[in-house]
Formats: sequence, C-alpha cells, structure tokens
Amino acid sequence: MIVFQKPKSLTDAVLHYCPGCTHGIVHRLVAECIDELGIEGRAIGIAPVGCAVMAYDYFTCDMIEAAHGRAPAVATGVKRSLPDHVVFTYQGDGDLASIGLCETVSAAARGENITIIFINNAIYGMTGGQMAPTSLPGQVTQTSPYGRDVKTQGYPIRICELLSTLDAPAYLARVTVNNVKNVRQAKKSILKAFRNQVEGKGFSLVEVLSACPTNWGMTPQKALEWIDEKMIPYYPLGVYRDKEV
Amino acid sequence: MQQKVLMKGNEAIAEAAIRAGCRHYLGYPITPQTEVAAYMAKRMPKIGGVFLQAESEIAAINMVYGVASTGKRAMTSSSSPGIALKCEGISYLAGSDLPALIVNVQRGGPGLGGIQPSQSDYFLATRGPGHGDFHVLVFAPASVQEMADLTARAFDLAEQYRMPAMILADGTMGQMMEPVVLPEAKEPDAAEKPWATTGTGLRRKHNVITSLYLNPAELERRNVERFQRYAEIEKKEPMWESFMMEDAEVCVVSYGITARISRNAIVEARRQGIKVGMIRPITLWPFPEQPLLAAAGQVKGFVCVELNMGQMKQDVELAVRCRKPVDLCYRVGGMIPSPDEVLQHIRTMAEGGERK
Repeated sequence: MIVFQKPKSLTDAVLHYCPGCTHGIVHRLVAECIDELGIEGRAIGIAPVGCAVMAYDYFTCDMIEAAHGRAPAVATGVKRSLPDHVVFTYQGDGDLASIGLCETVSAAARGENITIIFINNAIYGMTGGQMAPTSLPGQVTQTSPYGRDVKTQGYPIRICELLSTLDAPAYLARVTVNNVKNVRQAKKSILKAFRNQVEGKGFSLVEVLSACPTNWGMTPQKALEWIDEKMIPYYPLGVYRDKEV
Repeated sequence: MQQKVLMKGNEAIAEAAIRAGCRHYLGYPITPQTEVAAYMAKRMPKIGGVFLQAESEIAAINMVYGVASTGKRAMTSSSSPGIALKCEGISYLAGSDLPALIVNVQRGGPGLGGIQPSQSDYFLATRGPGHGDFHVLVFAPASVQEMADLTARAFDLAEQYRMPAMILADGTMGQMMEPVVLPEAKEPDAAEKPWATTGTGLRRKHNVITSLYLNPAELERRNVERFQRYAEIEKKEPMWESFMMEDAEVCVVSYGITARISRNAIVEARRQGIKVGMIRPITLWPFPEQPLLAAAGQVKGFVCVELNMGQMKQDVELAVRCRKPVDLCYRVGGMIPSPDEVLQHIRTMAEGGERK
C-alpha cells in the first residue's frame, strides 16, 4: 500500500527554494488539492514575480508567468475567457500587497471566481531581503537596516482584514505552515479555496504566513518559531470571511 | 452592393473588432477613445462576449495578456497617457509571443497634455512600446473605412506573427463620422492555438506562457528568432498609398489625419501647376521604406506633415538615406495645420529650398 507519494500535479523539477523555505510545503499543498479535486487537466496557474517566479516549472497544469503584481488581472482575463477552468494565482507579499495591491483589491471587489494563494513572509526574498509591505514594525531588512520605523516607513498591511471590508469575497483565511497541525489546517483552507471556485462561489484567498530563514538571517528551526512569536501576534490566524457560514 | 453605414471612427474600430471575431474587450476610460468602450459595453453582452472595465490601464492590458494566453482574440483601447501605462504589459505580450490588439487614439502630450488630436506617440509606437528589444505592428488609418479594415487586418497579422498590433489613430479619426462598409463577420476565435494555456486536458505536457529566460544564451536566441520574424514582416507587410506620384517633383509624406489635409493641399498645388504627390504610410512599423527610397531618385525633396515635432521625419530621412532634403510641416498640442500651411511647404520645396 502506498502511504506517501509525490502529488501528480507536481513536476519532477527540483525546487530552487532555500533550505527551510516554506514555499515547497505550500506548492505541495496546492498540488495535493488539485489532485484531490481532479482538476489538473483544467487548471491554469499564474506565477508571480518574486521567489515563486518559476512556479510554472513545478506544476504540471498549464501555467502563465505574470508581470510583477499583475497576476489577479491576468487571472481575470483567463477566467473570463475560460469560465469552466480553474484559475489560481500564487503570489508573494511584495507582489500581492505592494505593487499589485490595486489588482488584488479590485479582483476581490469584483468577486472574480478565482483562487489566490498569498505567501506572506514579511520580506522580499528574491531580491535579497528588502522591507515588504508586510514587514513587522521594527523588523530589520536590507532597506530598513535600523528596523522598520513606523513613523517614516508606515505600518504593515493586513490583507485578509483589508479584503474582509469588501462585500464580494467568498472566502478569506490566514493560515501558516510552521508545524504539522498548522500544515493540516492550511491544507483544509487551500482545498476550500479551490473547491469554492469549482462550485462557482467566487473569490477565495488564503494567506499563508511563511518562513524565509535566508533573508531573516535565522536557522530554519528559529524561523518557524519566529512565525509563532512575532508574526501570528500581528497577523492572527483564522477565517476572515466564509460566505458558507 | 455592400451596405454602407455612417459611423464614428471609434465605433467602427469596435464593430470591426467584433466582426474580426474578438469577444474580449478590456479597457479603462480615457478621452478621446471612450466610444470604443461604450460600444463594447453595449454589444458584448448581447453576443456572448466579455466587456470588462478594469481598475486601471495596467490591469486592462494584463487582462488582455490573460485572454491572449488562452488563444482568444483580445483587445484594449486607450489614449496616449493610458498607452504609456500599458507599455509594461505590451512588452510582456511581445516577450511571451502573444497576439493582441491595442488601439491608441492619440491626444497631445507629454504628461497629461490635452485631449485634442496628436500624432506624438509615433516614436512610442514604432520603437517598441515598452522595455526590451521588440516591435509591434503599427497601423495608421486615415479614414473611418480604414479604422474598420485595419482593425481586422491587425488581428489577423498579430495572430499570424504572434505579436501585439497597434492601431495608431488620433482624436480626429476617432471622433469623425464617415460612411463605412464593415468587414465580413468571422467566427470568433476559430484558429487552433497549440501553444495556448487552455488546460492540458491531461492529454499533453503543460503549456507555459512566459517571457522569463534566465539563461542568457536562450534569451538571446529568442530575441534573435523574434527579429528574424520581424525581418520577414519588414519585407512582406509594409502598406502605403501613393497619390499623384507619377510625375511628382515633391513628395509629401504623411499618415492619418494629416494625410487628408495634405491631400487637399496637393490638389490645390497641382491646380497651381506644382508637381507634387504623396506617399502615405499605412503601416508605420513596418515602415514603407522601399517606395520612399525609390521616390528619392525622382523628387527634389520630401515634405513630412505630422502632428509632432518630426518623429516620422527621422524614418523618412533614414528611408531615403538622406539623399534628398526632408522638410517638416508640423503642428502640435492639439493644433492641426491648414491645407494652406502644407501648401506653403510644398511650394518652397518645389522652388528648390528647404523651408526654415
């Protein structure tokens, strides 16, 4: 009996992510959900600009590489063209919450029937660790070397809370993947976000608090602890919108 | 006989696009092209098409990118400041080898400029509107009929060569009403697109639409391949109209609305005994170099008439290898030259002197 295997919806390509990065876990969860729903043949994924820029190499479904921040607009075009297909974006915090904030909010406000997987690791990873819109107050990054000063650099954006002021979204949830229990919960949320789309329920977004040990300057173990200690207090886990409830 | 209808230029573009099989219009309001969006908003829902008012020009062009990725005909329209915003997306379309139609009903600039007609996006359009090495097909209609005909052609060529195409009109062409015979209606999105991201159906390896190539050798190869395609286009696809050129000693070069004004000036000049004709580029990229170079052996000089500070003039000088003087008659900022102003330039050139 097979008890563990690679999801069918992941290619054999070797992930380029750093040791301890949680992108790999989230990729796997997305692929498992695609497998479980049996939608691989009609799924179309949109990759962002950021660490997940090469996500198109890792998923076996059709993939499109979007410009920085524009994935929700690209997904809108794809979904309007192919309404019976399952369209998802996979975006980081710089992509989704900074340069693409307008596209994110507008797609949510329109209630586009798409699924967004939002990786919030409070930093720009691909470019080498700059301050993100979600970097915590006081957080040291390459572009906030003395710690994020909220007087001059402002406060972090809480995407789930922000989007929950809109009428249209069907499902908004914040999860993390820093321990087994949380990974299981994350899987449930991601599955729901995909199932919603299949059932035509509308815009679903899952924010995943993620670790970036390389740019946080921590060991992988310490980075997972940092999510508990620093991120969750600022970004509480939970469901911010569920139209089914 | 085909039926003629009276239409605004902007509406003719919209109807021609629908007849060309386009069922996806994604736009954002801006003067003076609003009629395209208004027409699409009315028509698309009636024919099972998609009209979507995006949150910005940037979003609109990226929605076009999404639709184009699925292999369907998609278009957006805007005017100069909005086109500047779309340049990011146009570059991605070009880099991902996706066909799409972008309509630019130009207005005066730079910056917010004005809302009156202009041709000041000539460089922007013909040099590749966005970052990186690329071109888009550029069509410059000079009548409402051409607004319709060139829209259909732009879609076809964009698809054939897998690249974006632009209709470079201006506020006058967009707002003007003229009788037009609309092109025949085509089945929407009939052609098979093996490269499109339409879902693998578990029948094939996944398709990927991307412009990212981190391996420099591969990125170079793709750029070179694209320019080989461009070379073929430069050979096969230039379009122009010659007017009274048989015995011409002066050649006017003008496109769009200024070509119409120039035509009046030429007719008047001929009445006064001046041998003048016109080469009217219909495609601005590829630029019709061959007829201009041929004319350089025949005429005393060229007079460019355009609504900018001489952007096309540079292409004319390149085309004629600077063998003959090239004069410029321009108005900018939304102003338009009178036929008399053009006539004075023609007369001076005919008398053997470049107008200073």
